[in-house]
Amino acid sequence: MLTTSEKEQIEKEIRQVPLKKAACIEALKIVQQHRRWVSDEGIRDVADILEMSPEEVDSVATFYNLIFRQPVGRHIILLCDSISCYVMGFRDLHRQLVNLLNIQYGQTTPDGRFTLLPNPCLGTCDHAPALMVDNDLYRDLAPDALENILAKYT
Amino acid sequence: MERPLTQHITFPPLGLRQYEAVGGYQAARKAIRHMTPQEVTAVVKESNLKGRGGAGFSTGMKWSFVPMDVSGPKYLVANADEMEPGTFKDRWLLEGNPHQLIEGMIVSAFAIQATESFVFLRWAYKTAAAEVRKAIAEAYEAGYLGQDILGSGYSLEMHLHTGVGRYMCGEETALLNSLEGKRATPRAKPPFPQVSGLFGKPTIVNNVETLSCIPHIINKGAMWFQSLSHTADGGTKIYGVSGKVNKPGAWELPMGVTVRELIEEHAGGMKNGYRFRGALPGGASTDFLVEEHMEVKMDFAGVAAAGSRLGTGTMVVLDDRTCPVGFVHNLEHFFAQESCGFCTPCREGLPWTEKLLWAIEQGQGRDEDLALLASHAALLGPGNTFCALAPGAMEPLQSALKYFRDDFERHIKEKKCPYGDHIH
Repeated sequence: MLTTSEKEQIEKEIRQVPLKKAACIEALKIVQQHRRWVSDEGIRDVADILEMSPEEVDSVATFYNLIFRQPVGRHIILLCDSISCYVMGFRDLHRQLVNLLNIQYGQTTPDGRFTLLPNPCLGTCDHAPALMVDNDLYRDLAPDALENILAKYT
Repeated sequence: MERPLTQHITFPPLGLRQYEAVGGYQAARKAIRHMTPQEVTAVVKESNLKGRGGAGFSTGMKWSFVPMDVSGPKYLVANADEMEPGTFKDRWLLEGNPHQLIEGMIVSAFAIQATESFVFLRWAYKTAAAEVRKAIAEAYEAGYLGQDILGSGYSLEMHLHTGVGRYMCGEETALLNSLEGKRATPRAKPPFPQVSGLFGKPTIVNNVETLSCIPHIINKGAMWFQSLSHTADGGTKIYGVSGKVNKPGAWELPMGVTVRELIEEHAGGMKNGYRFRGALPGGASTDFLVEEHMEVKMDFAGVAAAGSRLGTGTMVVLDDRTCPVGFVHNLEHFFAQESCGFCTPCREGLPWTEKLLWAIEQGQGRDEDLALLASHAALLGPGNTFCALAPGAMEPLQSALKYFRDDFERHIKEKKCPYGDHIH
């Protein structure tokens, strides 16, 4: 069930659009902000408030790369795997991340600390290779910098 | 030379008062108080500003397709979803001078008499989101946004929408579906968004760089804007270079500088030990240019005559130690992943293309695979798919097959990647 805070935020979004359904993505973002991911229950909650079917909401949720339909860790690592980062050696970063975290793309460390995801172009190609941890962008990276970066996130 | 777009870029960016102190919001005042919407559109048309998002269509012409006599709201959307691999120019403008974008949006919205506007910004641009949000709030406070702007009777609301990650959102009709809360699949055209766009109302979608040009065109005129360029396409252009060059970066330069000037002068030439083999001139969905194209002028007509597209004007360089097959595989992996799945050739053809390239890269390619790849390049090309994603994906592939065919053949013959483990 939606919390009071989630409900208030979603209702504010609904007031800004001509159709309730148009608030679907914003509603999913709000639920994810509060719960870190969108469970089946979250889908039903959004569907109820927007007067949509759960299937309809799920079809939107599963379309977008950054709406998470399964649990994620406390910190999300987005590793840029696009062409400039490819040329500048993102695969070395990938190998090092897999070594340090012992997980593959899409997985979460057993302690729930990190989820590792590939991400198309972070738009910082002049400083490739790059990755983001939560809201923080790291650029011009060498694999040996990763250990210190990860240590910042508990 | 003049660099109107980037002359006032700072990190953090100018606040509203500082922006006004360097002439900011004068174009908005001039347009709203002293010009008619038709006059604004006419100046922009005359300036020969072509859309900087990649397609290169005349901006003033696009605006002129908006029916001005319909009732109900009209919309203006800034496409700030920059997800084209290799492209990083709009980030500079968004983080470095958001008021310039907002002023451009106000003038553009006035030209089409839009009452609502959106900045559609990608999720990953966190700094840009914070700066744009702050700048919008400042513009509201100063009376440049909201009801009765500058006492003119003209009103405009502006909203920041942050996306949830999908390359398709950069396609203008898919972007509109996403703004409506739906899956970002493209819409059939016609009707064009200028007539029936967001929520079925007339809508203009323009790229960030395009909109950022508008205040300068209004302030200094169409002829001045044209004079900035070395060629028939008006204005300056933000060019960029990434890859194994000495000084990767982005620069505002006259439209029409050559490939050589960009790589050798501005990007400082190739890094020691690396040789230039080719480049995608304007992001992942453009055909390769190679050594013989070094004197090509980087404007819409010049790059088209060389068999490619200017695209976003941000170049990705392929060097001689990076495997062209691996390079193209990376691109096709991206396009296959980002296909919205709406039309069959794209949904099925792109993963197939990617698998063929991966097999070749792994030394498991067959002689017939190259003909198969060429047939995909044709079958997924223009006219066979619902939107431009798959045709865009085929551009680097078809040109790689043309220019780097030996590399493909060696992979198949030697049953391995001749570039080894791609150690850079």
